[in-house]
Amino acid sequence: MDIPYTVTARPDTGVFNAKLGVWLFLASEVMLFGGLFAGYVFLRIGAPAWPGALHGETYAHASEVLNVPLATLNTFVLIASSVTMVMAWASLMMKNFARYRLYMGGTIALAFVFLIVKVFEYGSKFEHGLFPSESNFLAIYFTLTGLHALHVIGGIIVNTYFWGPGAKMWRTDPKRFTNRIEVAGLYWHFVDLVWIFLFPTIYLL
Amino acid sequence: MDEHTTASAEDIRKHVRVYLIVFAALATLTVVTVAVSYVHLPILPALVVGLLIATIKGGLVAAYFMHLVSEKKVIFGVLIITAVFLVGMFILTLSSFHDQEGIMTFTP
Repeated sequence: MDIPYTVTARPDTGVFNAKLGVWLFLASEVMLFGGLFAGYVFLRIGAPAWPGALHGETYAHASEVLNVPLATLNTFVLIASSVTMVMAWASLMMKNFARYRLYMGGTIALAFVFLIVKVFEYGSKFEHGLFPSESNFLAIYFTLTGLHALHVIGGIIVNTYFWGPGAKMWRTDPKRFTNRIEVAGLYWHFVDLVWIFLFPTIYLL
Repeated sequence: MDEHTTASAEDIRKHVRVYLIVFAALATLTVVTVAVSYVHLPILPALVVGLLIATIKGGLVAAYFMHLVSEKKVIFGVLIITAVFLVGMFILTLSSFHDQEGIMTFTP
């Protein structure tokens, strides 16, 4: 099946269809994360202390429970992956496929680094008996960061496809492939953007 | 035509320079965010400062990496509608505190 308007911008919207589609999808994602953020704010305002009591001890700051240096490292990792993603698209625009492969490979590798750091972070929490069921604070921490991590995994799957088998399109329809990388990039930058708000609100406040 | 699909290689080289500047700005602002958190400000100023820096960082990502600086009206239309619904959702959630006054007790 041939889907129309995959390359050329539509005269009525001014953008190619895939871009509008991804932006609409990202709008729904804003509402998904927004609902969870609203729940977080609601519970936090009503809580007498935050993070509060855990295993008989009371904590006044999230940084006493969560690992801020690891989260800071992950922030740098995600920002760097956003740069490599946009550079991958720019490489295609400059007709340099080898450079595209390099930058897209870098994006995927950085996404894996993010997940590995996350595994260590979660592992350390579980070792100390800190599970989502322990408190509202931990429930929110695991829900928001877990949902974000699922988005990272989704991004890895999509980007790996475009790095590997999906890249065949570069030979047959380079413009369409470039557009695909642009919209995949929009999703990936959104994942970075969510983390930019998650990091200070969950870890630092 | 979509501006990004018609840009010349020279235009893209200029974009690349901007991307690297934005990367440096994002890294710097991340360091500032963490540094401010160690000051342990009271919750309200800490929230304002934290969200302000996050908004600047998010704005840079959206404007330059997601190309919103040169995007078409239809995309802004989608974003404005989303923002309205998002604010509405926050107002609805937080306004329910008025219903709960005196009876709401949370355990952390």
